[in-house]
Amino acid sequence: MQFFRQSLRSLLLTELVAGMIVTLRQLFKPAVTINYPYEKGPLGPRFRGEHALRRYPNGEERCIACKLCEAICPAQAILIEAEPRSDGSRRATRYDIDMTKCIYCGLCEEACPVDAIVEGPNFEFAAETREELFYNKEKLLANGDRWEHQISANLKTDAPYR
Amino acid sequence: MPKLTINGSDISVEKGTTVLQACELVGAEVPRFCYHERLSIAGNCRMCLVELEKSPKPIASCAMEVADGMVVHTDTPLVKNAREGVMEFLLINHPLDCPICDQGGECDLQDQSITYGAGLGRFTEKKRAVDDKDIGPLIKTIMTRCIHCTRCIRFATEVAGVEEFGATGRGEHMEIGTYVEAAVTSELSGNMIDLCPVGALTSKPYAFNARPWELRKCESIDVHDAVGANIRIDARGADVMRVLPRRNDDVNEEWITDKTRFSYDGLSMQRLDTPYVRRGGVLKKASWEEAFGVVASRIKNMPGDRIGAVIGDLVDAESMVALKDLFHSLASPHIDCRQDGSKVGKGVRAGYLFNTTIAGIEHADACLLVGTNPRMEAPLINSRLRKRYLMGGFPIGVVGASEDLTYDVEWLGDGPDALASIVDGAHPFFEVLQRATNPMLIVGPGALAREDGEAVLGTTAKIAELTGMVREDWVGFNVLHSAAGRVAGLELGLLPGPGGQDVNGILNCAAEGRINIVYLLGADEIPMERLGSAFVVYQGHHGDSGANRADVIFPGAAYTEKEGTYINTEGRVQRTRKVLFPPGLGREDWTIIRALSDTLGHKLPYNNVGQLRDRMCAIAPQLSVLGSVDPAKWGEVGFSGPMRREPFAETVKDYFLTNAICRASITMADCSALKGSREAMAAK
Repeated sequence: MQFFRQSLRSLLLTELVAGMIVTLRQLFKPAVTINYPYEKGPLGPRFRGEHALRRYPNGEERCIACKLCEAICPAQAILIEAEPRSDGSRRATRYDIDMTKCIYCGLCEEACPVDAIVEGPNFEFAAETREELFYNKEKLLANGDRWEHQISANLKTDAPYR
Repeated sequence: MPKLTINGSDISVEKGTTVLQACELVGAEVPRFCYHERLSIAGNCRMCLVELEKSPKPIASCAMEVADGMVVHTDTPLVKNAREGVMEFLLINHPLDCPICDQGGECDLQDQSITYGAGLGRFTEKKRAVDDKDIGPLIKTIMTRCIHCTRCIRFATEVAGVEEFGATGRGEHMEIGTYVEAAVTSELSGNMIDLCPVGALTSKPYAFNARPWELRKCESIDVHDAVGANIRIDARGADVMRVLPRRNDDVNEEWITDKTRFSYDGLSMQRLDTPYVRRGGVLKKASWEEAFGVVASRIKNMPGDRIGAVIGDLVDAESMVALKDLFHSLASPHIDCRQDGSKVGKGVRAGYLFNTTIAGIEHADACLLVGTNPRMEAPLINSRLRKRYLMGGFPIGVVGASEDLTYDVEWLGDGPDALASIVDGAHPFFEVLQRATNPMLIVGPGALAREDGEAVLGTTAKIAELTGMVREDWVGFNVLHSAAGRVAGLELGLLPGPGGQDVNGILNCAAEGRINIVYLLGADEIPMERLGSAFVVYQGHHGDSGANRADVIFPGAAYTEKEGTYINTEGRVQRTRKVLFPPGLGREDWTIIRALSDTLGHKLPYNNVGQLRDRMCAIAPQLSVLGSVDPAKWGEVGFSGPMRREPFAETVKDYFLTNAICRASITMADCSALKGSREAMAAK
């Protein structure tokens, strides 16, 4: 009986037909993959991507060079040097992040008392050389300027849960 | 001795002890802000509250003397509650600016608020804000942070002896300041920064430069004066970021001078980082081989008595031993470690040491200062004298320039005449000294750095003998040096050999052409124009007057860059630590002399610092024990001869610019300019 059933199945190609039915059904369903460079998946407001240094709405940089991010960084990727600025305020003269060392843990963000350093939503910053991944203060501030809209929206969304 | 119980453990302490001190003895930690063991008790921060049985409310332990049968608790809920209340009050007006505060990370208030602070503030009213005061180029004030512990006021009035700080207003309106806005005039003002438990007084040159957790800490010795204060050097990368005091009750207690604390920026400026050779009248960069070659070609075939060496103020014992041995092998007797021309060093050790010891000052009960201004030459010794003065019953007589020493003195005269009348017994102060149980005298460079220095030294030694300063258990005769390397040089015998010339002689001979080569080991404070046409080799770390005159320069290491042995004015042997490497091609000084000796064909018999130190201890066995003072035996000191009439001169022209490191420092230049303008104002 077993032999008869097996022979019949292989003669009529039922398994093949069943498989093709699945394929056929999938053809009419919406696709789950995305066309990546042109389409992007959704990101949570806590997504930890490329770093950025933010500014206050009046253009003043937020970072006060307290060095808490430098102290907490488990990968020791951050280097800060500070000096009194001409108006007597405490400012960083140097703010470097070695993105090749960074492990994107987000502790710098957590440590920052003024929400200056943030990990923004950008994850597309691959580079061809290592040197391009050694970010300095200008680069980070430029990042902040570019992503500020989305960063502040993210922080606002996340604020009630903190 | 009262017996009391603290947290269930019995202890008996000496009468007069405070409850807080007793708590510390049993290991019960009591938080405090205003209490400091070297200052008077204020009792105004209320943080040290403890529970005392049978007392209706908690007591301020710092201000309560122990009594027999006290039962104290420091770990009850009542105590915790009380301290939390105090902390909440302190935090009412304290700004939450720890991230931009330089005290952040080493702040008493920050640390203690972790234990006693509430997570949330309940204060919704307006916080107060206070204007910052400008109190000079060294201390930055952020007066809003002040919690009114008054430690700075008490330090200024009690230890520094300048009554320039005070509080105005009461309660919420209380402000700490200088009444009339003016810079603090003390040489010890930097210590207020350490004393301030919050970030109200912070270091101006260090402002925002570094955080305490990123600094490399290294325990070392100060070389800006002959006190040998114990310091901690904090460095980051290749820079010294700050200098802090280390506690040593025998030397500096826990204070350091402003020069020690703030001159560190001079260590990175004007540095000699490569050998130089003068070619066609201009100093040109050279390699070590070239520089050694030029010196060797000059020294070879030159008779030893045509070569001289002068040793500067900041030189370590190791390089002095090496230079002494090198000059011995060159058969040159012209070597002198007293670049200021002091006539000390001949005779017994007791004749050039601070025999009473610095801590011993507190046991003295009369003092004679001869040709010295301790406030400028050794501010820490001056503060000890002041400490002893404040205890009462300490008459102080001064022979020399009359200056404000921060305590009352009796001015006896300005020169040898007064000294002569004391030694004759004619002067009433002779009797004061004679009546005292432990009289002491301090003779300084102003009296010794002159032609008749030995006679002055002999006269003072005679005063010491006549007034009972020299006994088995007490030697009250003290020489105060102003250079860190001086005593080591004297101990090691870097003095003119038989037929040798001293500094003055070397300069005269150089001018006359009888000495053709002069080796300056860090010597910058001699009149360079008197060197005539001599070929000058300068070895040192800063491009100062010596390097300016030199024909060949060997770049050495500053005190932060070598392990150097220094002997302070008491004869205490101490060693600096290597915090950084010398810049560029600079090398540790003894290695330079050792390498030069090889080029000259007189290879010195030591290949490492251990062998060199063995040699050093063979010359002066007292150098083998670090940290202690080897008491010197009394003997013949100076000689009695005619003294000249001119008054004792002030040797420190400008306190802030006494050596090459200070002269390269911007902070010290600011201080000096401020002092100059203040003096000009006062003169008007």
